[in-house]
Amino acid sequence: MNPFEQLSVYFQFPFVRYALIVGVLIALCSSLLGVTLVLKRFSFIGDGLSHVAFGAMAVAAVAGLTNQMIVVLPVTVLAAVLLLQSGSKAKLKGDAAVAMISVSALAIGYLLMNLFPTSSNVAADVCTTLFGSTSILTLSSWEVWLSVGLSVLVVAIFVLFYNKIFAVTFDETYAKATGTKTDLYNLLIAVVIAVVIVLAMNLVGSLLISALIIFPALSAMRIFKNFLAVTVFSAAVSVLAAGVGILLSILFSTPVGPSVVGIDLVVFGICWAIGAITGRRKKA
Amino acid sequence: MAQIIATDLVVGYQTPLTPPLDFCIDKGEYWVIIGQNGSGKTTTLKTLLGLIKPYGGSLTMGGGLDKTKLGYLPQQTEVQRDFPASVYEVVLSGCLSKMGLRPFYNKTERQLARDNISKLGLSDLAKRPYRELSGGQQQRVLLARALCATDSLLVLDEPVAGLDPATTDEMYRLVKGLNQEGVTIVMISHDVDQALADCTHVLKLGKETFVGTVEQYEESRTKEEADHESV
Ligand SMILES: Nc1ncnc2c1ncn2[C@@H]1O[C@H](COP(=O)(O)OP(=O)(O)OP(=O)(O)O)[C@@H](O)[C@H]1O
Ligand SMILES: [Mg+2]
Repeated sequence: MNPFEQLSVYFQFPFVRYALIVGVLIALCSSLLGVTLVLKRFSFIGDGLSHVAFGAMAVAAVAGLTNQMIVVLPVTVLAAVLLLQSGSKAKLKGDAAVAMISVSALAIGYLLMNLFPTSSNVAADVCTTLFGSTSILTLSSWEVWLSVGLSVLVVAIFVLFYNKIFAVTFDETYAKATGTKTDLYNLLIAVVIAVVIVLAMNLVGSLLISALIIFPALSAMRIFKNFLAVTVFSAAVSVLAAGVGILLSILFSTPVGPSVVGIDLVVFGICWAIGAITGRRKKA
Repeated sequence: MAQIIATDLVVGYQTPLTPPLDFCIDKGEYWVIIGQNGSGKTTTLKTLLGLIKPYGGSLTMGGGLDKTKLGYLPQQTEVQRDFPASVYEVVLSGCLSKMGLRPFYNKTERQLARDNISKLGLSDLAKRPYRELSGGQQQRVLLARALCATDSLLVLDEPVAGLDPATTDEMYRLVKGLNQEGVTIVMISHDVDQALADCTHVLKLGKETFVGTVEQYEESRTKEEADHESV
């Protein structure tokens, strides 16, 4: 059987189709937010939140909830809001607070999973949550719809607030001085990031989320030098990488998350090379 | 019509930088803030803009002015070195405060951005990345952004710092023109003579503060010189 026949067989299974749709949508959302995250130097918040999401997931699993998103989503959103507040206001330095919260969440999550094992193979459970090995292929139809709904919401928010997000990201002081409610938009960005992270846990697991969010943006910034082009290109790259990554992982039965991130990494390498070559040619 | 009213206004961070100041900026006036480095000029502007709280006293906006109607040229912008944004994108973002809840810029706003770009001689650079411009060019871009935003009040923090003589003259002409069109100007300048030629009011910070019209200021200056000579 050639790979195409093989794929068309796989595509007869609804869960494979769902995985592809949801995966691509998640990749789209995360890349859109990625540009802002990188430029605002918020990457560390993304990383911290993914650990919080892991902790919440562990608690939900221990509590025996079948519908874990109900716990994970609000907890992560709340953490995002708190982190943002602490980063801007409190004496505690932003990044120290993030490190503290994220490491604690990671430790407590792992501890809980060991103390109250929900299956005989704790190591595999933990691995799944950290690397998302198969979660995207085992989504319930409820989770599929929730993911699709949230993804559409995230994309809509991003498009509608694109100009405001640009202004707040480019020069927050100026935006604030001329009457833009920067605190509100920062909050919006944080909440959307939290939603994206919870969604992305299904695709790549909590350890690789940062890569999914940041790589496409970094790739685009290597080549393009205006905001619109960077946003569009990173969305395209991310969607492509997710699509190809998921298909490859189905064909070669590799874990989904690392496959997608692997493709992202390859694309980054290519973009880096293109950027280096064109940059040098300009100078010459 | 009073646009900004300061009552016993003291600006500062942990410590006060100025004595209590009382002044009232009316529509159509041209204020210049002078004083040596570190005397609190930028701090005063930031207080007027609501970016920092007054150390003491109070500050009110009136006469139909609100923050969305003012343009601002900061002394320094903390834009990251690798930020991907074209000149056009940056200038257009000045129209943001006009937009309210509308998500996208309309034709008039895009045209306004293009007009201001050519007004400041940036047409050839419109598509270039902002971060690859020279300091003076970046300053002009930020000024074009401020021009997009302003309807009634333009706040400028050392607008000519780093500009070449020709652009500096053009800059002063532009600000004066806007003022004649009815835009209120509040500008920080080290170029005292040039500034005094155009302005209507002076706020001097530093060891000796002064608030009043430019005529009063000239008067107090000649008196001071006379005092010096008689000593
Ligand atoms: N964020 C800050 N926190 C605490 N003190 C500050 C801060 N920014 C400035 N200062 C202090 O306030 C004083 C006034 O600073 P300001 O920037 O207002 O001076 P300036 O009059 O604009 O000077 P320049 O002509 O150099 O622009 C300085 O002594 C400075 O050290
Ligand atoms: Mg200053």
